[in-house]
Amino acid sequence: MAGILSPEEWQVVALSLKVSGVAILIDLPLAFALAWLLARGRFPGKVLLDAIVHLPLVLPPVVTGWMLLLAFGSNGPAGRFLLDTFGLGLIFRWTGAALAAAIMALPLMVRAIRLSLEEVDRRLESAARTLGAGPCRTFATVTLPLALPGVMAALVLGFARSIGEFGATITFASNIPGETRTLPLAIYTALQIPGSEGDVARLAVISVLLSLAALVISETLTRRSGQRKAGHAL
Amino acid sequence: MPFDVDIALQRGSAHIAARFRVGPGLTALFGTSGAGKTSVLNAVAGLIRPDHGRIAVGDEVLYDGATRLHLAPEKRACGYVFQDSRLFPHKNVRDNLLFGWKLAPAARRWMALEEASEFLGIAHLLSRMPRTLSGGEMQRVAIGRALLSGPRFLLMDEPLSSLDEERRGGVMQVIERIRDELALPILYVSHDRREVDRLAHHVVTLGPEGTRVTPGIRTSDAPAARRAALRPVPSIPHSP
Repeated sequence: MAGILSPEEWQVVALSLKVSGVAILIDLPLAFALAWLLARGRFPGKVLLDAIVHLPLVLPPVVTGWMLLLAFGSNGPAGRFLLDTFGLGLIFRWTGAALAAAIMALPLMVRAIRLSLEEVDRRLESAARTLGAGPCRTFATVTLPLALPGVMAALVLGFARSIGEFGATITFASNIPGETRTLPLAIYTALQIPGSEGDVARLAVISVLLSLAALVISETLTRRSGQRKAGHAL
Repeated sequence: MPFDVDIALQRGSAHIAARFRVGPGLTALFGTSGAGKTSVLNAVAGLIRPDHGRIAVGDEVLYDGATRLHLAPEKRACGYVFQDSRLFPHKNVRDNLLFGWKLAPAARRWMALEEASEFLGIAHLLSRMPRTLSGGEMQRVAIGRALLSGPRFLLMDEPLSSLDEERRGGVMQVIERIRDELALPILYVSHDRREVDRLAHHVVTLGPEGTRVTPGIRTSDAPAARRAALRPVPSIPHSP
């Protein structure tokens, strides 16, 4: 198995998994809070917040990357703050690739969680309240378990999106071997070198397999939650 | 007075007003659809807040517009049986039944799981998931879940309406037994004259011309006294 890929290629795969894993872990609490606000909140400017959250989905990724540079670059206010306070550098670092992936995956995760929250039957929450559960306990024992398949689907979708992230990453974090050269960047690099079609093909196959696995898992989770809801309606 | 209600509230374009004081036993909230019967029940449960007025059950005031008192639903110790059961789809029957039981302070529990499932004839269903139950079974479980939460009174919103004629009889008997043997004050919403005639000690009719209270069956026989014989039921602690 290990012989299929060169050590450098294994490094690319490991880096991609690390960057994507960290990206969705950063995203999870943020996406849940935003999804909750958008699904349940009633406040002025909700439409605007909704639009801003979705922006990375429709902007050219290179623009998102450039905006990340402005904010999180060494002269950007957020970048300076992170570096001075936590010693956390982002430019040319895998942490920067993770941030870029997190921003790009956020809209998809918010959407998935929001949909699952909107599908939770609020009447079940009322029932829990009359049975003696306060708002927090109702959330923990009724709302969250019922929304959980959507949260899992969001993690998988976000992971898949992060694995595929290219434009914002190469713009913001650059293409440094071992630091920010994730799968798509490695494929892009290999494509620039004549005679490395074999490398491209192997990396592409890995991309396809990872994405396919993510989609199958996400679909299974969504379907399982659908069955449960259908069962309840009977 | 078990139920002492005098409230007004606005639901969409409908203005709902209800005013009644009734004694122990089962009180039917009767009226055409749209008269606001369910809204009144939700206000007593604390799920909606009236615009003004007052709600007291027994000697406890649950809502008072004048003093801005509005107890949260979880503080009212009401057992609410909804029209559509509202069983938690991700929990099996046992966990549904024990949901409120676990949250109730030990002193307020007056029924144990075994007792409730025996009483309702659902002991064989405990490990089933709600989606596998029939409508009648679901409604029995919903009633059991409400009883096990240690309620001081019951609210029932057309608990028979989603059932076919055959299953109706069984659940109706269960309700009669709760009324007579457990002697809990019950506020029962219905638009079915036959149900009301058979079950209610007091009939509260909601309508545009105001609230009318009329006596139902056996008012003198309201079972307040008998409850002492049954309560407190020795509660067998159930280890979940």
